[in-house]
Amino acid sequence: MKPTDIAAPDYFHKVVDCQWACPAHTPVPEYIRLIAEGRYSDAYMINWKSNVFPGILGRTCDRPCEPACRRGRVEENPVAICRLKRVAADFKDDVKHRMPRPVPKNGKRVALIGGGPASLAVARDLAPLGYHCTVFDQDPKAGGMMRTQIPKFRLPDSVVDEETDYILDLGVEFKGGHRIDSLKKLLAENYDAVFVGSGAPRGRELNIPGRKEAAANVHIGIEWLSSVSFGHIDKIGKRVIVLGGGNTAMDCCRTARRLGGEDVKVIVRSGFEEMKASPWEKDDAMHEDIPILNFMVPKAFVHENGKLTGVTFEKVRAEYDAKGKRSLVPSGEPDQTIACDDVLVAVGQENAFPWIERDIGIEFDKWNMPKVNETTFASTHPKVFFGGDAAFGPKNIIWAVAHGHDAALSIHKLLSGEDISERPLPEVHISSQKMGIHEWSYDNDISGASRFKVPHRDKAIALRDIKAEVELGYDLKLALGEAERCLNCDVQTVFNTPLCIECDACVDICPMDCISFTQNGDEDDLRGRLKAPSPHHDQALYVSTDLKTGRVMVKDEDVCLHCGLCAERCPTGAWDMQKYLIEMTHAGSTCPSKVRSAA
Amino acid sequence: MTYIAKPKFQHPGLPKNDLGYTRRDYEGKISTLCAGCGHDSITASIIEACFHLSIEPHRVAKISGIGCSSKTPDYFLGNSHGFNSVHGRMPSVLTGANLANRDLIYLGVSGDGDSASIGFGQFAHSIRRGVNMTYIVENNGVYGLTKGQFSATADRGSKSKKGVTNADSAIDLVAIALQLGATFVARSFSGDKTQLVPMIEAAIKHKGAAFIDVISPCIAFNNHAGSTKSFDYVREHNDAVNRLDVITGREPITVDYAPGTVQVVEQHDGTRLALRKLDADYDVHDRLAAMTFLQKHAAKGQVVTGLLYVDAESEDLHDRLNTVDAPLNTLAAKDLSPGSAALDKINASLR
Repeated sequence: MKPTDIAAPDYFHKVVDCQWACPAHTPVPEYIRLIAEGRYSDAYMINWKSNVFPGILGRTCDRPCEPACRRGRVEENPVAICRLKRVAADFKDDVKHRMPRPVPKNGKRVALIGGGPASLAVARDLAPLGYHCTVFDQDPKAGGMMRTQIPKFRLPDSVVDEETDYILDLGVEFKGGHRIDSLKKLLAENYDAVFVGSGAPRGRELNIPGRKEAAANVHIGIEWLSSVSFGHIDKIGKRVIVLGGGNTAMDCCRTARRLGGEDVKVIVRSGFEEMKASPWEKDDAMHEDIPILNFMVPKAFVHENGKLTGVTFEKVRAEYDAKGKRSLVPSGEPDQTIACDDVLVAVGQENAFPWIERDIGIEFDKWNMPKVNETTFASTHPKVFFGGDAAFGPKNIIWAVAHGHDAALSIHKLLSGEDISERPLPEVHISSQKMGIHEWSYDNDISGASRFKVPHRDKAIALRDIKAEVELGYDLKLALGEAERCLNCDVQTVFNTPLCIECDACVDICPMDCISFTQNGDEDDLRGRLKAPSPHHDQALYVSTDLKTGRVMVKDEDVCLHCGLCAERCPTGAWDMQKYLIEMTHAGSTCPSKVRSAA
Repeated sequence: MTYIAKPKFQHPGLPKNDLGYTRRDYEGKISTLCAGCGHDSITASIIEACFHLSIEPHRVAKISGIGCSSKTPDYFLGNSHGFNSVHGRMPSVLTGANLANRDLIYLGVSGDGDSASIGFGQFAHSIRRGVNMTYIVENNGVYGLTKGQFSATADRGSKSKKGVTNADSAIDLVAIALQLGATFVARSFSGDKTQLVPMIEAAIKHKGAAFIDVISPCIAFNNHAGSTKSFDYVREHNDAVNRLDVITGREPITVDYAPGTVQVVEQHDGTRLALRKLDADYDVHDRLAAMTFLQKHAAKGQVVTGLLYVDAESEDLHDRLNTVDAPLNTLAAKDLSPGSAALDKINASLR
């Protein structure tokens, strides 16, 4: 293998699995260390800069970082990254004075359609640069789906208010209750750029027999959730069936339990394991006495005298073809009818752009989705950009934020007369962590603790009050314990070949057998000859240049604890522990862009 | 010296031996030696060898004297018996323990100061008596604990870190061991685990006095230009006569060797040593030739490594003394005091 180019910013970024997996690339270990130090405000600001909504995401994020977390490969559970983010938000001091100050306007106007996370992220990046940002939303308050579709018992209004206000206070104009019905008309108002962050606002229908007749008691999940959010709906029947296996279904069933639903069931087509809902959201639902029945396909709504009485299901089982593709085939068991008073349909969301005229230069594909560049988020209209669920269909908040940053960068480049396809490299700060012979400026003593549980409100109380937040968040003691589980993957093992005398000290001390000194070879060959098995080929091998004996140093990054013992035992300082703080370059950074080289 | 304990986490795919242990289960406390010390590599090699052989840690007695090397038994086999004895007295303590309980595996760990100076006599007598043991000298040519004075194994003409030339002749422990009748004699280098690990395995499996001299560079005081025990010097002058594979159990030798290049030596317990010859003329069973070979190559400044001599028909101290087969602590009063009838019989035979 060729020697690893550690100067390529992606190489060490990938080693920080959580940050690499995060769509917004939040420097996770950096803020977790700050939490451990008790510097909650600093931890909050790192998050705020990167993911814009730390308090909201600390409660609701889909947390792609956690399945990626190295700790999950070392022991049973990853670090509770998401809930530590909430700790930063919960325990910070007043941070208003740390927010960017409103600046004189630069005369350029940007319209943002939809007041959800994508648009707000764009506004957050552009407003401090002097752009006049106008956010339009059909609802009176900013926040979009974060405010209307996520139940208050998961995300209190106060948190949404606080974090949307930080953005609006940057001098962003918010036009609530203002629905955009024509993009053509909006473009005619001579905005310099338009960002479409209108989400995926339409709940998918379930057109099976009886749908029309039973319409009064069959509700579309996301619409029903927003009605609950606005207080238009405050009760539901005693027996409720929720159809669908995603996170919206979990929100629906738990909301139903709080509005009078006593016998609430979630019924899904697929198997329990393949459900789209996050495992922890399923756990929370089941904890509230909501059974999840699987392999049942809804066949018909049963009704009597115009009133819903139940749903009939066909029982199926999964069959896999030679390619591993699953199909659901009838199991041969008799159909089952389950009695109920109400049904909530949460079988997916769709985009809808009836308000975008098809003759204004925005091309749509065969699925009726706009053609959007995945890097620049530009549409085929030079002034119009898309992001969030509006760009590529339903995802989640953190993706919307990431899209927002990228779209803001494009808009800023466009309006500065630059080429939007040229993207800047991330900013990387490198610093050795060595303080003394065996002292490091980070805590390298690895905690053996298992993942700490987040305390929940007593179930009986939680179910009585739809606004009572269920998760209480970590207290400071639990937060410290959890923070110490982080392996500091951003403190990198950096190898300096000319200093190495091949004494094997690092090989002998490494608790995870990551390091081997061996003859070079191609990757598969090398992986087969390492000191410990190397099953995860997506985890990089760090290969040195040739050593004096003609061998190379090969480090499998896979399960490195970043404990620094290799550097402690190295007599010549060939190993050093260096912190690579990698931050994405957002709009307005002065960092010169270079051609990005692959790691 | 490291202040934190080595994390308990281990690689999830670490192999297990016949006893269900991983290599990590053979570790001891974290080393307090200087960073990069060759001794730590020997420690790692002992751990690896015991893991490979599926040795039950509680069947091992590790015994040492005083010095950097003699500290190391604390860093391996944390669940074994240990005795950190007086300076240079490891061989006597080991001999006594061995006589009392012949069932344990004896690992004597010593250094060049411990064995070539203060304990030179002890070393000599344990070897000539054929005590069943693995005697490892972690040889760095200096007194590391007292800041790097030449030890008795420092080569004449080699330079100290301060630039002083050693005027005294060196003791070659391998040559002495050969002369004193050791039945397994080897030399290796801490920087070459592929050679050292099987060598330790073979020595453990050997019945009788097995002696291994391991050159182990002292990073702090003896790893400079002019030293003959530095990483660079040993790597440049290493003349390995053979490479070793240890085959336990009945498995056939599956490694594919070129014909005529392998010599198989079967030991008492059935363990076979497959020696890959690097020097075609070297005969591992010829004690006299080995001594000559060593002297000739030493004169040329070469460091001869490998399994230098092995006697497959070796015997040990217990054979020579015709001792009882069982460990002494298993002998009950009945065995030790057969009664007056037996005494009368003995007395009668002597009249």
